[in-house]
Amino acid sequence: MATPTVPTTLTPAFPAESEKAGFARDVEVVYGIWLRDVKKFWRERSRLLGGIARPILWLLILGSSLRGVVSNTALTGGKDYTQYIFPGVIALTLIFAAMQSAMSIIWDREFGFLKEVLAAPVSRLSIIIGKILGGATQATLQGIITLCFAPLIGLWPSPLVIVALILAMFCVSFALTALGVVIASRMRSFEGFGTISNFVVMPMYFLSGAIYPTSTAPDWMKPLIAINPLTYSVDAMRQITIGVANFPFVFDAAFLVVFTVVVTAVCIPLFKRE
Amino acid sequence: MIETSVRAPEQETTAPGDIIHVGHLVKRFGDFTAVNDISFDVHEGEIFGFLGPNGAGKSTTIKVLCTLLQPTSGDIRVAGYDVVRHPDLIRSNIGIVFQDTSLDSTLTGQENLDFHCMMYHIPREERAQRIKDVLALMDLTDFKDRYVKTYSGGMRRRLEIARGLLHEPRLIILDEPTVGLDPQTRNYIWEYVRQLRDRHHTAIFMTTHYMDEAENCDRIAVIDHGQIVALDTPVELKKLVGADQVELTTSDNAKTAKYVEDHYQVKKTNVREGKLTFEVEQADHVVPHLMAELAQNGVSVETLQVRRPTLEDVFLKLTGRTIREEEGQKDQSRLTARRLGRL
Repeated sequence: MATPTVPTTLTPAFPAESEKAGFARDVEVVYGIWLRDVKKFWRERSRLLGGIARPILWLLILGSSLRGVVSNTALTGGKDYTQYIFPGVIALTLIFAAMQSAMSIIWDREFGFLKEVLAAPVSRLSIIIGKILGGATQATLQGIITLCFAPLIGLWPSPLVIVALILAMFCVSFALTALGVVIASRMRSFEGFGTISNFVVMPMYFLSGAIYPTSTAPDWMKPLIAINPLTYSVDAMRQITIGVANFPFVFDAAFLVVFTVVVTAVCIPLFKRE
Repeated sequence: MIETSVRAPEQETTAPGDIIHVGHLVKRFGDFTAVNDISFDVHEGEIFGFLGPNGAGKSTTIKVLCTLLQPTSGDIRVAGYDVVRHPDLIRSNIGIVFQDTSLDSTLTGQENLDFHCMMYHIPREERAQRIKDVLALMDLTDFKDRYVKTYSGGMRRRLEIARGLLHEPRLIILDEPTVGLDPQTRNYIWEYVRQLRDRHHTAIFMTTHYMDEAENCDRIAVIDHGQIVALDTPVELKKLVGADQVELTTSDNAKTAKYVEDHYQVKKTNVREGKLTFEVEQADHVVPHLMAELAQNGVSVETLQVRRPTLEDVFLKLTGRTIREEEGQKDQSRLTARRLGRL
């Protein structure tokens, strides 16, 4: 416990220290915030159901029904329609999970816990990175569940493809959670998630080429598709899964990296002390 | 990242022994001046109370001291550091217990404390012992593995105080620590607070609008409309009111008031809500005579109350209002919010 202090020994808790110690501390803050989110996620396992329900709805019900209508395999790179949309369904799982975990910031603010974090002697960046990593982990776990449905639509990815896909999922989830954190930091109420779902998640999903080839989209939609990070997420994951591509893989990756850096940078001032 | 890794600068304390120095603090939000040029010092190991109604500027001052809010102007130092230049050094040296809960109720008590250790960079080898110590101090050892959502209001408050102590701060800031708690729990919290000061010499800065609680402070600053209207020990403050308070309801308050003013050297009488109040020295001797004289004058006395001065009277005298009439409803809504937080 605190030792009695006399006025003349006003020693600071942290005397001169090296940059390295400062960095180790930041890593621990990131880890602490990540750990809390993952722990809470694990305790609310019902959230994993989203990872199960979505592939059933989109692949088995919608995909199987639409594959008869979408018979032009020239547009889907010669692939079966359900296989074509499979990376898109993973992307949908990721964006829902990422947004949902980012929205937990609103709960933390409402129930006060955010104050505990914001009043601590920690950098804003470590708080944000911890939060984004936590969301990305949750989203990736749900994405992996969706991935387990691949054999049902006749896809048997090799171990290498699986590893590459999980890595890609994590990077995509990171970018999407970062976007979610920016949105959540500007929101003050819980009514939010429905709005987010209708005005962010679904438009991004439908404007990403997840369920139809972007080449068939009307011209007015194309600029929107071009600036949508989900477009490049889906494209990258589709290349990994079934080898069908709209853009060079490097371009997809570069777009996502730049997007992530910009969005994370935008987060920092939004988290400033109130 | 940058702030925490800078070298600790030389301390800037002018008066040694002061854990808080506030010089001419002003905080404006647009046109609204929340805190209007206040100055005070809090000594090491002192329990210092900030007393005033909501909206008086208490929370704003606290936020500035916690470095959560930048002052508009003023020279403010906490634990020897300037609030504007070294916020992270101050944060490492103070423990904060917010007005509304800031625990994660879906984690256990232990997990909330673990999280705090990580955020405050407490040396890993000391964590287990320190958590054990603060849990024991706040009588929570048996409940540490239970989810916070199962805690009572008093247990949550104690856990928050325990958490605020983990990094061994030299100053604890308590913002309305006992709002919404039952009187028994309030007394317990106060016992813990006093223990903390006596055993560990931790200075305590707290806000409250409970007059009876403010009596526990070593010194009190009465704040109203963003300004400090009085600052002294409870005993000295009560001398401001001076005499005993007599409160009467009679068949003719106006006549009684006049009579008292004419015959008992009472300077000022006050009729509020059908009650006549006035101050008089040695009320216990005066009142029996007064009763007899009023009866002779045809005035019947319905109720009588004699009170020693309290801080409530001090506040009334200084501001012309009572704190209680403003606060009851707000406490109620805050309580409701807290219950919701238990979901």
